[in-house]
Amino acid sequence: MPKQIILAAHFPGVNNTTVWSDPRAGSQIDFDSFEYLARTAERGLFDFFFLAEGLRLREQRGLIHDLDVVGRPDTLTVLAALAAITTNLGLAGTLNATYHEPYELARQLATLDHFSGGRAAWNVVTSPGAFFGENFRRGGFLNHEDRYVRAAEFIQASRTLWDSDGNDFSVKSSQFAIEGRFGVPRSPQGHPVVLQAGDSVGGRELASQHADAIFSRHHQLEDAQEFYQDVKQRVIKHGRDPGSLKIIPGVSYVLGDSDADAQEKAHYIRRQQVSPQTAILLLEQLWNTDLSGYDADGPLPATDPVLDEDDTIIKGRAGMYPDRLRTAAEWRATAEAKNLSIRDLIIEVTGRQNFIGTPSRIAEQLNEYVQTDACDGFILVPHLTPAGLDDFVDQVVPLLQERGVFRTEYSGGTLRQNLGLR
Amino acid sequence: MTLRLAVALDSASFDAGEWAGWVRRADEARLDFVTFDDRFGKRGPDAVLTAARVAPLTRHVGLVPVATTTHTEPFHLSTALATLDYVSKGRAGWQVRVSADPAEAALLGRRDPLQVPALFEEAADAVEVVRRLWDSWQDDAIIKDVPTGRYIDRDRLHYVAFDGKYFSVKGPSIVPRPPQGQPVVAALAHSPEALVFAGKSADLVFITPSDVYSAEKIKSKLDPALKVYADIAVFIGDDALVRRGSATSDAAVFAGTAAQLADLIAAWAASGIDGIRLRPGDLTEDLTRITDDLVPELRRRGLFEPSSATTLRERLGLPVAVNRYEGAVRA
Repeated sequence: MPKQIILAAHFPGVNNTTVWSDPRAGSQIDFDSFEYLARTAERGLFDFFFLAEGLRLREQRGLIHDLDVVGRPDTLTVLAALAAITTNLGLAGTLNATYHEPYELARQLATLDHFSGGRAAWNVVTSPGAFFGENFRRGGFLNHEDRYVRAAEFIQASRTLWDSDGNDFSVKSSQFAIEGRFGVPRSPQGHPVVLQAGDSVGGRELASQHADAIFSRHHQLEDAQEFYQDVKQRVIKHGRDPGSLKIIPGVSYVLGDSDADAQEKAHYIRRQQVSPQTAILLLEQLWNTDLSGYDADGPLPATDPVLDEDDTIIKGRAGMYPDRLRTAAEWRATAEAKNLSIRDLIIEVTGRQNFIGTPSRIAEQLNEYVQTDACDGFILVPHLTPAGLDDFVDQVVPLLQERGVFRTEYSGGTLRQNLGLR
Repeated sequence: MTLRLAVALDSASFDAGEWAGWVRRADEARLDFVTFDDRFGKRGPDAVLTAARVAPLTRHVGLVPVATTTHTEPFHLSTALATLDYVSKGRAGWQVRVSADPAEAALLGRRDPLQVPALFEEAADAVEVVRRLWDSWQDDAIIKDVPTGRYIDRDRLHYVAFDGKYFSVKGPSIVPRPPQGQPVVAALAHSPEALVFAGKSADLVFITPSDVYSAEKIKSKLDPALKVYADIAVFIGDDALVRRGSATSDAAVFAGTAAQLADLIAAWAASGIDGIRLRPGDLTEDLTRITDDLVPELRRRGLFEPSSATTLRERLGLPVAVNRYEGAVRA
């Protein structure tokens, strides 16, 4: 039997992939939008719904970033409400290990697991710096290494609480000293599913020891296969079954009646995603300096990026460019070779949709990725709120089912069981 | 005169269907709101998530979870309650609680417990921050202006810039201003410290008078703008006295028929309170007696009338919440 594909639906938010200027774009905050996407995902028999967490609004050039969709709800509160209107869909949310505390969060996740009949999942992330701390008691931040220490200890502490089942617990570690009695009986999954989203060596190690799934961002087939092998080797090194860690990249897609039609639509969407103002902002994120004087329809700056990683121009977003000079050189070469303006270049080099084509081409490609161990499934990131997943559910899911690589009905089990985890 | 009517839900149940059943019952009887009890050291589900879980299944009833300020992040409290207001379409409230219990401090492990005056001082700061964060987006902040490429007008977002003795929070919120602007803030007050806190920080206070005279006395000392609800623990029905047994409570305890309880409520109404919060001795039995027997009896006597208001604030007679940052110039 071929590998079965895992599918998840990411609620669109906070970056320029979410097109708000489209007349069909709905509210980013009304519950109706969340309900619509969750119902669509459940209609498509998806494994889970995914919601990110906001801890502070992004800033660029010291000002609140105003070009992308801004504003989102509290993760757990929306997931608890969605539990009321769905039956089988997993409910996954990002919750930061730096700005939550184990007793409170483990209790909330166990509550969600009970209230959803075993559908809760937690995407553990660590915070990229002091910026978020200004909204929280603890303030400050942890240095890079301690972030993963805290995340690992946080997960372990949570598991201790979930396992305590009414008995006294005690956790003593470098980050936590807590004891008492956990007020939640063992939940349907025992342990809600744990996802991890970091890509660094520290993140990979954390995931291979403690997580059930990785929300990855490797999209090119060979690159993704390499990542998959690397992580699975780490899983084995830590004495785990390689099947106990699922690798699920976040991906975008564009469907068309023909491949050419899909390419045309993809380009149109890219232009909507990259307004002239957004093009300058995205260029600034690599150049790391104020480029507001530049014309988006003009050429790239002649100067080089500013190499100051302690004071980046954008705050509240994880670093995207490990080697600014090299990336800038590549962008310049592309712009010169194709005679591209700043906006055209940004459209070309950032955020291109991962899968573009007819439903049958996309079904074929997705299946190829999974069967050749580039990943175990996908977290789909629609570009429209809330109806952006409709075409995928209506047109691609049936083709995956025909190939025998996606369920034709829910088994009625927990999220953990649906994902093939123990 | 009519009173507003609330019910306190206090249960260790993790059965979502059971919670939905109770809250739907209150919703169908058109009770004004339910509260969800909670403490960190208690066996039972997280109250905010319980309220969120039942929100899409109900239409009218206000949803007021307890959330503790002592060991929690004001930023998370603010966003969670704002989100509850969105998922309930304007029916959210918050019963503020402090924790003086050393065993609860050990569960969270953040610090030792504070003395009671400091706990309320910190709670007042937390409510202030939560309220500022709710207002930190003006209602018209989302502009979707295609020519300038702007989704929001950032001049209509505001740093709350709270710098207090216990914490500082910069803001703005990540959640746009909730439907009610300011969800309803409530507190239970037995002690003078709690009454002072409620007067300063809350929209609504639950008091625990032993009789109509003590209700009148407490009410007379409070700011007339503060809504006052008297708590009564109730056992209703022919077997009420047996079921009550030797039960004690911080609130007055009633055991008797629905008609007798209506008599008591009629007498208490004279004290000038705004409403009654009933604490059912048994959620299944006594809540059913409240919705099926007491509510019709109170309606017959003109003591209770279902509200047609769509938001909890409006239902409780609270004014429309004016945004403190409206008209302000961003620093």
